[in-house]
Amino acid sequence: MAEHSAEHIVSPKTYAAVLTALLIGTALTVYAAKVDLGRFNIVLALTIATIKMTLVILFFMHGKYSPRRTQLVIVAGFFWLAIMLGLTLQDYSTRHAEPSRSQLNELPSSLLRRS
Amino acid sequence: MHRTGELFGQFQTLEQQKETATLGMWVFLVTEILFFGGLFLTYSINRHAYATAFGIGGNMLDLNLGFGNTVVLIASSFTMAMSVWSAQTSHKKLVPIFLILTLVLGSVFLGIKVVEYKQKFDHHLIPGHSFDITYCSKNPSACNLSGKDLDDEKKEIKEGIEAEADEAKKQGAANPEDVGAAALNAHAQLYFSLYFGMTGLHALHMIIGAGLLLWLIFEARKGRFDANYNTPVDNIGLYWHFVDIVWIFLFPLLYLINRHLA
Repeated sequence: MAEHSAEHIVSPKTYAAVLTALLIGTALTVYAAKVDLGRFNIVLALTIATIKMTLVILFFMHGKYSPRRTQLVIVAGFFWLAIMLGLTLQDYSTRHAEPSRSQLNELPSSLLRRS
Repeated sequence: MHRTGELFGQFQTLEQQKETATLGMWVFLVTEILFFGGLFLTYSINRHAYATAFGIGGNMLDLNLGFGNTVVLIASSFTMAMSVWSAQTSHKKLVPIFLILTLVLGSVFLGIKVVEYKQKFDHHLIPGHSFDITYCSKNPSACNLSGKDLDDEKKEIKEGIEAEADEAKKQGAANPEDVGAAALNAHAQLYFSLYFGMTGLHALHMIIGAGLLLWLIFEARKGRFDANYNTPVDNIGLYWHFVDIVWIFLFPLLYLINRHLA
């Protein structure tokens, strides 16, 4: 730790390149939104947003040059976010999949005949 | 008492002291990620449940203003990063200049947001008693709506009411058409509640950021920040970039998702 010099300084050139990439990403996401890709519109929009976020964190926020300890905190933050989003969404998406036994008994017989 | 970058007793080196401050800022930002994450989660679940109404709501936002704001905010992140660079390389005169540019761009963002909110107010899209998703299609002149845009919006709302009516029929409603119209209005209102909640909370973060920038500009003009000491510029920079990231996700989720249907 003693030997590595103070802080890493990101050059204005790199910042300008990131700015350009972010602006291109913004134009691209607007363009892509107007094309009908069915359910992949949302996938593409979120992919572009995630790439833009990664660029901001790595360069504008110096994530790429941060000590391991700081990087671990950043990754941990997104890990917990993934737990919150993932487990809640899977709960919502599976909750109504199968009616319970008691619900089945209450359903009209016309619906039960299907199974 | 002003800190000037002297070493505090609990640290061994200045570098360790700086790293600790950055780490602390990141821990705070992680709590912010989870804070906004909860709202994004709420949005996702409701969007999934009421996709038609959310799509109609999203298409009523002004894409040009939203796009312009995204560009403005990304540019402000760049000027913020440049002020950090200026401090790290001891270009003391440049630090306040880039900070002022950041503040100006941040204010432009908030100004555009005010224009958008006012527009939504005029179009009866503020959640509450007078919320009416059909207002613009019924009063096109009040919303400057004409031609193809008007036809598209009428068609979207008609199809939205039909979709909601089908759903009501499935659940055994006696008068599905009336229920359909009411349900579309209620679910579109949910979209606009989330729109104002999320963009409002984001705007609040921008206002706090603008306050922090004002203080930074004031201090930077005294020449306080240089290669030896720039922790406040760096940490407020991290906060500013975080707020930018939130908008990077808000923009596609709120403005863009259903544009291909129009």
